[in-house]
Amino acid sequence: MADIIATNETILVVGGGISGMTAALEAAEYGKQIILVEKNPSVGGRVSQLYKYFPKLCHPTCGQEINQRRIKANPNIRMMTMTEVTSVSGEEGNYSVTLTSQPRYVNENCTACGDCGDVVEAEFDDDYNYGLGKRKGVYLPHKMAYPQRYVLDPQIVGTPDATKAAEACKYGAIDLDMQEETNTITVGAIIWATGWKPYDANKIQPYGYDRIQNVITSVEFERLSDPHGPTGGKILRPSDGKEAKDIAFIQCAGSRDQNYLKHCSRICCMASLKQTTYVRERYGDEGKASIYYIDIRAIDRIDDFYQKVQADENVHFIKSKVANIVEDKASGNPVLRGVDTEGYNRYENPHELVVLAVGMEPSVPAGDFPVTVKVNEHGFIEQDESNGAIFAAGCSADALDVNRAVQSATASALRAIQVVNRVAGTEG
Amino acid sequence: MSNLNQAMVEKYRNSFLQEVQANVEEGDWVKMCMQCGVCAGSCPMGPYWEHPPQEIFMMIRAGKREEVLSSDSMWMCTSCYNCIARCPRGLPITHIMHGLAHYADRLGLAPKEQPTRKFANKFWDNLTKKGRVNELKLGLALYFMNGFFEGIKVALANQKLGLNMLKAKRMSIAEMFGGHGVKDSNGLHAILKKAREIELAKADEFKG
Repeated sequence: MADIIATNETILVVGGGISGMTAALEAAEYGKQIILVEKNPSVGGRVSQLYKYFPKLCHPTCGQEINQRRIKANPNIRMMTMTEVTSVSGEEGNYSVTLTSQPRYVNENCTACGDCGDVVEAEFDDDYNYGLGKRKGVYLPHKMAYPQRYVLDPQIVGTPDATKAAEACKYGAIDLDMQEETNTITVGAIIWATGWKPYDANKIQPYGYDRIQNVITSVEFERLSDPHGPTGGKILRPSDGKEAKDIAFIQCAGSRDQNYLKHCSRICCMASLKQTTYVRERYGDEGKASIYYIDIRAIDRIDDFYQKVQADENVHFIKSKVANIVEDKASGNPVLRGVDTEGYNRYENPHELVVLAVGMEPSVPAGDFPVTVKVNEHGFIEQDESNGAIFAAGCSADALDVNRAVQSATASALRAIQVVNRVAGTEG
Repeated sequence: MSNLNQAMVEKYRNSFLQEVQANVEEGDWVKMCMQCGVCAGSCPMGPYWEHPPQEIFMMIRAGKREEVLSSDSMWMCTSCYNCIARCPRGLPITHIMHGLAHYADRLGLAPKEQPTRKFANKFWDNLTKKGRVNELKLGLALYFMNGFFEGIKVALANQKLGLNMLKAKRMSIAEMFGGHGVKDSNGLHAILKKAREIELAKADEFKG
């Protein structure tokens, strides 16, 4: 990609999730030149893996589509997928950035017809579905993927599958000779929007995520509930594939705990409240949801949502952080044990499925950034002068919901615009 | 009511939490509890406590002085440290439980017949005399803790164990007459006296 044009009036946006897309669009629609890089084959990030947003319960596909159309319509944005930032040097107004792009093995001719995927036999865990399903060796990351272009998994390169896929393509879109590419560009400001990842539930040993099949995470539950997910929207539990109707949600799984993440991840209370509506949507009065919590943190205007869920008599609230989970071998039911705070009653409650509302941690661990940035004790990037013109957006800055991530992204776009305006002024 | 107890009631009239913070080992942590319940749920002895630790902390904050100090709950702690390992806020719960038990005992409010308390006191008295535990005397004291006849019965039941310990030189009949100790038992007593002074001075210095 030798045709990348970037100057010190260009803004680099690292990460193409909801925050990165927003920051890129805000700055581009203002008239700035943007390079938007995304590590994955398509933009959209974790939001594209949600079934619904809170509190309005609309589908992220809608908001995503709007953003995709804005990107398509805007000539100021240069989008690069499968690309990572490998080094950054320089200073405010003049950064030299090295970008490394992995080969997609599929070029612009692709129409996403899917003929290649049909002939390929190799299958891999589907990352988009958090490994709950399989995908082919040549695949479209998901239905709303943007760009709408297939990806050929490097693991099948050199196998007969790759040749078969190339032969099946009517458009000559599969190019097995693609190589890794490195580009060095100059930019004036950098918006860092690499977002978050779910906390590793295996580390929360008392909850047995690693040994009890019917203990899953909140992000996995999103995929199970989504009609486009691996189960077609049926809430099937992993041990026996039966529909789970009595579902427990455990709050602060990994958050607000000095053994795991010290901070409150902010989104998990609302996420679980939202997920109880999935249970009701699926089963009506037959579904039962139980939320085990320390305190519910549904902040400001979304307290309405909390009250609505509280009014649902099929949703039970148990004020207690669950101490541990054991498995009832005969039924496969996880059994939650603990003591509640409203009466100090000792309980031992079986449920058909347990969802851990896992916390948010920054997807880039402190110390792994390709440039020195100031991070706080939780690993989120601080707003600090020593960061020069590197501004965090969304969940790189803090644990935020979509609404607040977008606000944060807009703020970072404004900061970056000010920097490149200054550069333009001095060069005048 | 003991004089010390009366004095403490006067001093902290309305705030049992402050009294705990000043006088109980690690008592300063009590205010940090967020009532999640993990300690209570993780405790292997949990079902046998009248008030689990989480409830004790809330009772302290609610000023339930008599109920907490005369409770036998904190005497149930076996120091397994499960609660400390799991507490999301890092409260040294085991130590607080022992601190509360110790304080209740000092005030004379701890339940008289609580076996852990009885044992702890016997052990302490035995140990501090000479700086070494006198196994023979401690053993016999425990056997006869619940009366003479009960003592004879327990002693007979453990006869073989006792003889084996004698044979293996883990215990000696000579312990009955004085017994072994550290070289400088006066020095030991001075240390213990100083420790008690420091403990009391700390409580005096505390300003809520």
